[in-house]
Formats: sequence, C-alpha cells, structure tokens
Amino acid sequence: MIPILEIKDLHKSFGKQKILDGVDLSFEEGKITVIIGKSGTGKSVLFKNMIGLYIPDSGKILYKGELLTGASDARWAEIRSKTGYLFQDAALFDSMTVEENIAFPLVEVKRIKNKKEIAEKVREKLEWIELPGIEKKYPSQLSGGMRKRVGLARALILEPEILFFDEPTTGLDPILADSIDKLTLKVNKELGLTCIVISHDIPAAFRMADKLAFLYEGKVIFSGTPQEAASFKNDVLESFIKNSFTELKFKKER
Amino acid sequence: MDLKFVKDKFVSFFEKLGEFYLFMFEVVKLSFKRPFRIKLIFEQIENIGVNSVFIVSLASLSVGMILALQIVYIMRMFRSEIMAGATVAMAYGREMAPIMTALMVIARNGSSMSAELGTMSVTEQIDAMKTMSVNPIHYLVVPRVIAAVIVFPFLTAFSNVVGVTGGYIVSVLMEKVNKGAFLEQMFWYTDPVDIYSGIMKSAVLGFIVSVICSYHGFYTTGGAKGVGESTTKAVVVSAIAILVADYFMSYLMVLFLY
Repeated sequence: MIPILEIKDLHKSFGKQKILDGVDLSFEEGKITVIIGKSGTGKSVLFKNMIGLYIPDSGKILYKGELLTGASDARWAEIRSKTGYLFQDAALFDSMTVEENIAFPLVEVKRIKNKKEIAEKVREKLEWIELPGIEKKYPSQLSGGMRKRVGLARALILEPEILFFDEPTTGLDPILADSIDKLTLKVNKELGLTCIVISHDIPAAFRMADKLAFLYEGKVIFSGTPQEAASFKNDVLESFIKNSFTELKFKKER
Repeated sequence: MDLKFVKDKFVSFFEKLGEFYLFMFEVVKLSFKRPFRIKLIFEQIENIGVNSVFIVSLASLSVGMILALQIVYIMRMFRSEIMAGATVAMAYGREMAPIMTALMVIARNGSSMSAELGTMSVTEQIDAMKTMSVNPIHYLVVPRVIAAVIVFPFLTAFSNVVGVTGGYIVSVLMEKVNKGAFLEQMFWYTDPVDIYSGIMKSAVLGFIVSVICSYHGFYTTGGAKGVGESTTKAVVVSAIAILVADYFMSYLMVLFLY
C-alpha cells in the first residue's frame, strides 16, 4: 500500500546550522504516527517542511506517491486544504471569537457565505470537541486546554485527511493532557484521519501510537511499532524511554 | 571591529533590503488579486483614518500656531506680517500637512500595526493562516496598505484646514494681523497645485508607512522582546523613510509642478 505521506532523504539547514540531515519516514493512511525526540532536534521544522511552509534544501516529500517538492504554490495550497494543523499553543486568532476562528477556513478557503450554514458547522464541531456554547468567547477567555480543543475544531472544520499535532499536550496538566490524547484517538477512530503527532509525553506516545519515530540529530534513528521501540537497541532511545517510565521517586530529606 | 563583522553586517543589510522589496512587490501584486476584502479595508480605514482624526488635528493645530507665531514675528521686521497666511497655507499644503499626518499616523497606527502583526508572527498565527492556504500578506497586509493609501490624503486635507486655522488664530486673533489682508494674501499666493501636490505625496507616504510597518511586524521573531524591537524599528525606519521620500518628491515637484 502506498503511504499517504512519505519523506525521503530530507535535508534542511538554517544558515550554517543543519537541522534535518537526511530524514526518511513514511506515514500510513488512517494510522497514528508519533514523532519523538529531544527538544531542538527539528521536529517542528520537519512538520513545516511536510506542509510546505519551509522549502527543503534537498530530498523528497511524496503525497500518495505524488512528488510535492518543487510543486507549484497552487498545488501546495490544494494539499494544505487536505491537512489540518494543531499548533503548540493552538495559534488561535486572538482578535476573533471562537466562532470566527473555527469559521475562518470555511469563509476564507471554501468561500462559504451562508451565515446559517457556517454557524451550524461551527456548532457541530464545538459539540464534537465537547465544548458547546462558547462561540462568542475570545481565545483570551479560554483555558489552555480549551484553546487547544478549539484549535482542533478549526483544524477539523475542512474535513482534512491528515492532521498534524505539534506537541498538543505541552503545558497542560496531566488530566487535560490525557483528555487531548483521548481526543486524538477519537479523531483517528471516529473520523478515520491519519494523525501525525509530535510529542514529549513518551508514555502517552506509547499508549496511542500505531507507529513511533525517533528523531535524533536530524535523522530518524528508529521507526516502528511501540513494541519494537521498547526492544530496540540504541543508547539514546533507551535512555529516552527509561527516563520517561521511572517509578515514583521522592526528594531525599536533607 | 574585524573585517568579517563588517562583511556580515553588509551582507545582512542587503539580504534584509531584498526581503523588503520582495515583500513590497508581493503586496502590490496581491492588491489587485481577488478576493477584495472590503470589510477588512473599511475596518482599517476606521482604525487608521477616523480614529486618527483627533491626534492629527491636535498636532496640526499646534504646529500651525507655532509656525504662524514665528512667521508673524519674523515678517514683522519687514512689515510683511500679512504674509503669514500665505506662508502657513503654502507650507502646510506642500509639506507640513503630509509630514505631520504621516508622523502622527506612524506614532499611533504604524507602531500598533507592527506590534499586532509581530505578536501574530511570534504566536504562530501567521503560520496558522498559511497552513489553511490563506496568504497572510493578502489577508493581513493588503487591507492595511490599501486603507492607508486611501486615508492619508483625507487626513492630509484635514490637517491642512486645521493647520491654517491654527495660523489664523495666532495671526489674526492673537497677534492682530489684519484679517482681510491675511486672507487676501493667503488666497492670492496659494494655488490649488500647492494643495494637490501635498495630497498626492501623502498617498505615497501612506503606502511607505504601511508597507514598512507591516514588513517589520510580519517578520518578527524572538517573542515579546522581538515584538518590541520590531515595533521600534518600524517607527524609526518609517519616520526616516517618509522624510527622505518627501525630499525627493518635493524636489521633483519643484522641478516639474510648481
């Protein structure tokens, strides 16, 4: 089966700083792939290359076998309309209400003008993310978890095929983080979307991923199932996993 | 200071300049591309235009009064204080009104334009727009630039009226210059071209201010500190740019228009 998205030998540098150094990775349709790795290893840069916000120095990006690197802006725009992106801090437009935020892609991309139809779609999405009745609130009036849910509703409104999650649980308390993870699974199961997640929450990544990829120094040094990751022999990955699954330890009394 | 440092600064300056020109051309190109976001343009017209009337009036009135005061005192030495009206009107029409308007709008709107876009940039709101296939220059910058080009001439015309009124108050009401002579000299020496040239200039200044301030905001990086720095740069660069541009436009107008 052809992967929905495939990356081959991708390189990206900023000035003299090499961020991606030959990334090879493929994403299967309808599955959850979680990309893990230390901070500053280029996970977000990889995402932005995959969605066409950055132009890679070399390498290939393929969507269902179609080469996207070097594609026209119009083609990238079409591809982007099939994807949703949940940003780390949700990136809601703070001058707009929740309703206007979620409706933004409908108005600006789909050019829907019927206000009733827009309001209905927004209401449906807010109910789906279990936050009904907050249409008239502004992002500054919402908690971090609510903002991320609204960001997810906005990403889902165009009914994409692929959803990118850029550290969706960073900065949230464990209960809220768990609720966002459950929402990710719900998106995958109920809507059948391909989910690509960047996460620092390793236990959660193991719980929900169909496939894990470990990015280290600009390369993917492991990709496979969570079970395979647990038995993979690599010092860095092992220490990464070990430090994330420790038993409770308390500060020693002085 | 070693040679490498100088070279790096030199290269970086030209890189930024190139980036700015590309940005400016993109703004011009997208200004003629559908969809035309009329609602956003009117929002910006209200913000840049209507909401700036008070500050532009206050500044124009003060400068008109100061100008008239100095002119009356200097002209009195030559018993020509009745020329105050003509001098204030010509100075305002040709130079003072477009410059005062531009400086006041930079202070009030240029800074907020840069800070707003800068905040959107560092909080990834601009990236979010790109991921939705909405061109952020088209959505965020073009309405601001179109609004500025429309609104600057109106504000300048208004500044003319208020500045000359300030001149009248000081000359006629306070310094007792003859009212009839003041007005007669003013209408005799001031040609419509003095007013039109200033208004034409102000449309160009509106373009320059809005593009520079938007550019600095749009490419902001580095969190809150970056927003502060880009806002400062936007204000300083656009203030200098309008003065330089005004000189060249005035020079051409002196050669071909007046």
